[in-house]
Parts: sequence; structure tokens; C-alpha cells
Amino acid sequence: MTKITFIQPDGESQTVEAENGLTVMEAAKLNDVPGIEAECGGACACATCHVYVDESWRAKTGKPSEMEEDMLDFAFDVRDESRLSCQIKISDALDGLVVRVPAKQF
Amino acid sequence: MTSTTIAPGAPTTSGIIETDAIVIGGGPCGLFAVFELGLLDIKAHVVDILDRPGGQCTELYPEKPIYDVPALPTVTGQELTDRLMEQIKPFGPQFHFGERIDTLKREPDGRFRLATDAGTEFLAKVVVIAAGGGSFTPKRPPLAGIENYEGKSVFYSVRKIEQMRGRDIVIVGGGDSALDWTLNLAPVAKSLTLVHRRDEFRAAPHSVEKMRKLVEEASVRLMIGQVTELEGADGELSTVHIKTSGGMERVACNAMLPFFGLTMKLGPVADWGLNLHENLIHVDTERFETSEKGIFAIGDINWYPGKLKLILSGFHEAALMAQAAHRIVYPNKKLMFQYTTSSSSLQKKLGVK
Repeated sequence: MTKITFIQPDGESQTVEAENGLTVMEAAKLNDVPGIEAECGGACACATCHVYVDESWRAKTGKPSEMEEDMLDFAFDVRDESRLSCQIKISDALDGLVVRVPAKQF
Repeated sequence: MTSTTIAPGAPTTSGIIETDAIVIGGGPCGLFAVFELGLLDIKAHVVDILDRPGGQCTELYPEKPIYDVPALPTVTGQELTDRLMEQIKPFGPQFHFGERIDTLKREPDGRFRLATDAGTEFLAKVVVIAAGGGSFTPKRPPLAGIENYEGKSVFYSVRKIEQMRGRDIVIVGGGDSALDWTLNLAPVAKSLTLVHRRDEFRAAPHSVEKMRKLVEEASVRLMIGQVTELEGADGELSTVHIKTSGGMERVACNAMLPFFGLTMKLGPVADWGLNLHENLIHVDTERFETSEKGIFAIGDINWYPGKLKLILSGFHEAALMAQAAHRIVYPNKKLMFQYTTSSSSLQKKLGVK
């Protein structure tokens, strides 16, 4: 099991344990993390599972693919550390990952 | 606003289209409803806000494989839609794309009068709501107070180019809509600024090239950044704040066009007096009828205990709904249960005999 911490805009944080192979979005939904909507169910067809990857983890989570970049165009307040959580696969390398939930998904 | 006929359907009289059934939504469940209704001699018109059939399957994931449609180990959203269109062809449904049913009222004779946002009117004996996640509507950027400007100085679509003449226009987005409108409105605008979060565009390469040329000629300004705040009064924008890598900038603007794609909203369905359960339509599991007799709801938009939002569940719902619809459309006709494999009457309807 891999630990992932979600930090809400108000600073509240929640650490969940997830199986490797799942996506960060799935880990959030399984644990009822607020603010991750995932309207399209993980098809990289919306931008409602947008997260900000903590600076120290950006190298490990990598850069968004071209398709993900295109979808990020539909998100709000997109930053360099923006990712769609449905496109981040959980593995041992991400144990301890910290992501921030944006103020709004839309 | 187009009405497409793929095969001859019910004739129209006096402007109002009279038909047996109106199917709201042309996704997989709406399309299969046409099939199940057709087997029972119930003619249908299908209305969808999108410009083509398929609903979420073609709008959200046309290329993604679906693995849980019985007997199709893998099928893409587009292929499933194409196959359903083929399957319902014998029943000659008429499609009204690019339109949304806005009003629904019961007539004294028990039928339903429906009207679309484009003014098309229908009289139908039954209504089948197969609207999935609701109707696709433009996404509203979460900018404080934006709703106060909508329709006056914030627009999600442009009906008349003239309406934009002489304005200080800000277009936001990087897809085809944003680029097309940049090219179309640049000649009439007083000033036009295109704002996109990155210097790469999803839009067709030739539109991007044309836009870059306009930027070179200084008839369009391209800003890489994001709109963060709106300023104005009484619905009229005056300034937008744009955050760029170089800091904040205020840009004069009295018309903003944000293009952030589409989202699904329940829309006018919410106002038809149907019993809802958390924004879904409550139905029974025998007929998939709503709290209003003659109005059915199938697919992702309905709710009942145990509901699963699966395409295959929607197909089952369509079959049972059609049986109940038959009792309303043909109150004096006895309905005999038949198989397509053996019934010569069904095979005749399908055109295979």
C-alpha cells in the first residue's frame, strides 16, 4: 500500500493508503477526498480531477502527456505543478506523495 | 440548428410535429429506445443538443474502448454509436440535432407539447428522457460575479458577428472555438486579445497559423496567461485582470468569450415537475416511468434503488419502458411478447424478411 496525502485549499490534509496500479484520482474517490470530482470517470476527457503536485514530488510524477495538457486547458488556475490525478499511476516510487486540491474544479 | 432526416418519418402538419414518442437525448440509451419502441410500432423523434448522435460516447470518449457491452468484447464509443444507428435504421427515426427541449406541458387530450430552444414544437403521446448526465452546456469559468455579465458582455457563443462590432474583445481558450472566433471577430473588433494558458493550441494547425499572422500584423494580441478577475458594472464589463508570467495586467474589455469546453447540466428537465432524487429522475423499475404518467426516464439520468450507470442497464430499461409506452400509445391493442429470432412480424419491421 502506498500513502498519498491530499491537502485541501483550507489546509486540511488527509492521508490515504492506496494499492499500486490505481490512479491518484481513484485513490481520492475510494477515500471520499473532497474536491476531486472526476466527472468523466478517468477517461482524461474532462479536467475535474485537477490537482497541484507538491514541488518536491514533481520530478517523480513527471510531466503531463500532450492529451493531458489539452485537457488541462479546460481547468481553472492551471499552474506549472498542475496534473490531472486520473493520469498519475500509483507505484512504490510515489509512496508519500503530496498533492493539493484546487479551490474549484470546473 | 439543424433537423436531419436519415429516413422518412412522421409527416409534419401545421408546423407542429405530431409523433408517438419524443426521445430526449441521442446517446446509446436514447438510440436503443428508438429500436425497442420501433419493434412495438411506436414512431420516435430524437432531440439532442449536440450536433451528432452518441451523447457522451462520441462527445467525451469516441476513441476509448468500452469493455462491458454484452457480446462486444471491445467497442469504442464511436463504433457503438455507429452500430446503434445502423440497428435503428429500419424504424426511420427523425433527428433534431443542435436543439434542446426547453418546455414540456400536458395537453387536455393527455398528449405532451414540447418546444425546443430553436422553436421546434412537438405533440407526442409519450416522452422518453434519455438525457444522460444532462444537456451539454458551455463551462462557466469560476470567476467571481461572472453570471452578472452573461448575455450582456460575457458570451459562450456568438449568434451575430455584428453584435461584436467595435468592441474590445477578450477571447479565452486554445481550442477550435477560441481560434475560429479570434479569426472571425478580429476584422470587426475594436481590439481583440486572445488569452490562453500556454503557447500551444489544440486548435487546427491552419487556424493557429492564421492567428499567429494576425498577431504579427498586430491586429490580434496574444497573451499567455489566465483571467483572474472581472471588473464592470450593470452587466457591462470594462476591464479583465490577466495573470501572466510577467505579473498582473489589466486589459480593457467589454466583451469576453470564454471557451472552456462543455459540461453536463440537468437543465430544463429540472423544471418539468418530475420527482427528483439528487438531480436524477426517480423512476419505478417496472416501467421506468417518472412521477408523471407517460413520461419515462432511462439511462444515466434516472434513479431507482440499486441503479447502476451502465450502458447495458440503460438498454434493459429501454425494453421495459417500451412495453409501458405501448399501453399508452395503443391503449386498445393487446401486446404479444415476441422474439426477433422467430416472429415474422418483427422481422418484417426490421426489414430482414
